[in-house]
Amino acid sequence: MSAQPVAASDRTRRYVEQLMGMPVSLALRGRHAGSSAGAAAWQAVVEELRGVDRLFSTYRADSMISRLDRGELIVEECPPEVAEVLELGREAEQRSDGAFSIMLPTANGRRRLDPSGVVKGWAVQRAARILRELEDTDFCLSAGGDMVCHTAGPDRPEWKIGIEDPRGPKGLIAVVPVRSGAVATSGSAHRGAHLVDPRTGEPPAGIASVTVIADSLTWADIDATAAYVLGRDAIRWLSDRPIRSALVVWADDTTTRVIGRLGLPTVVTPAGTPPYAPAAAARSQTSPTTSI
Amino acid sequence: MRRIVLWFAATVTVVVLLFGYHTSTDKSSASVSTSSGSPTSTSSTSSGSSSSGSGSSGSGSSGSGSSGSGSSGSGSSGSGSSGSSSSSTKTYTGSVAQTRWGPVQVKITVQSGKITDVTVLQQPNGNQRDQEINDYALPILISDTIDAQSAKIDMVSGATVTSEGYLTSLQAALDEAGLG
Repeated sequence: MSAQPVAASDRTRRYVEQLMGMPVSLALRGRHAGSSAGAAAWQAVVEELRGVDRLFSTYRADSMISRLDRGELIVEECPPEVAEVLELGREAEQRSDGAFSIMLPTANGRRRLDPSGVVKGWAVQRAARILRELEDTDFCLSAGGDMVCHTAGPDRPEWKIGIEDPRGPKGLIAVVPVRSGAVATSGSAHRGAHLVDPRTGEPPAGIASVTVIADSLTWADIDATAAYVLGRDAIRWLSDRPIRSALVVWADDTTTRVIGRLGLPTVVTPAGTPPYAPAAAARSQTSPTTSI
Repeated sequence: MRRIVLWFAATVTVVVLLFGYHTSTDKSSASVSTSSGSPTSTSSTSSGSSSSGSGSSGSGSSGSGSSGSGSSGSGSSGSGSSGSSSSSTKTYTGSVAQTRWGPVQVKITVQSGKITDVTVLQQPNGNQRDQEINDYALPILISDTIDAQSAKIDMVSGATVTSEGYLTSLQAALDEAGLG
């Protein structure tokens, strides 16, 4: 029994739940869109993310992270997930020259433990394994605008991900098709300046939003955040990261698209399309200093 | 030497096609001058864009061109390029680049200093080619190719949407409009 091709716009089953302080949305296509197995998998994802929140929330005084920060616990007394997340945070700090950190400055000069920048991407990427068990089913699992996409095969339509215009949350600035991979965006929209540069404690300047397309949401999310903080240096830094591509929207409304180390180093324009349609392009991986 | 220069110009042009877009201006802003065909033409690449980010990446790209894309890990086979012209229309063929998907070669057409066409002469072979090209494509800017109303969107990526913000978010609007 061969599956009929299904248009992206129909037979998509959607679920939404408020988790970890943000809307988590799931779109399912294919065999388990609407099946009881599909609903059960969504429930398992919800439960897993609730568990993550109990462990890692900085808003809960009784979470492992809050107790670690107060010195009431040591890492060895926590579930292994805690050490895993803290290690990711350390690695992210190293790879971003400190633009990303899970030790954030506070008003009184003390640094507080806040691994939130790691937890979301890591948790959603981890929970996606539950959905991957659904046979012949495509999914897109998004937590507050950062998502893991998966399709069951190459004959499936890609997920079309709209990238929000940071100047107005009702508009799109770009679309990126993804079959299997992750899309994460960092910026100041919706929450105001909630991101600070861990090196200075100040809100970053220069960039309105950064979107990163990569294989895994764990690093797409981290890299988007780090690039946002890096500001002017984001292009050089992103082009050397193991990502597929990125879109930087600058504060002056201009945009720059970047191909990362996993990107396709060419321009592909199907015959007949307008010459300005940027289907893909060359990549750049050099320092931004003038070389002439 | 001229062949190398042409290849270099083509590389710069293609890279500028990537980096030189303005979202707030029309498509002609993506064009750059390549008519001089000399390394100094790279200085015109930054004029294709006014943002600091675009400018810095443009000059960064010229470094890539001058040192060969082998340094970028894409395994360019060298400077085998060709240029031809008829009246003011010129075509530039890039060297064959070895990618993880196979050999890739790109031809661009430049008319009166503007890119009018981009074609791929060689594409990677293999069953998963289409999937991989799609998956590794860049975000497509709305102002260049499509408008938001006609774009079929499954999900929206944006700066962290808070719970209270969700109802006004674009994701919700799209769901409501049945575009999802």
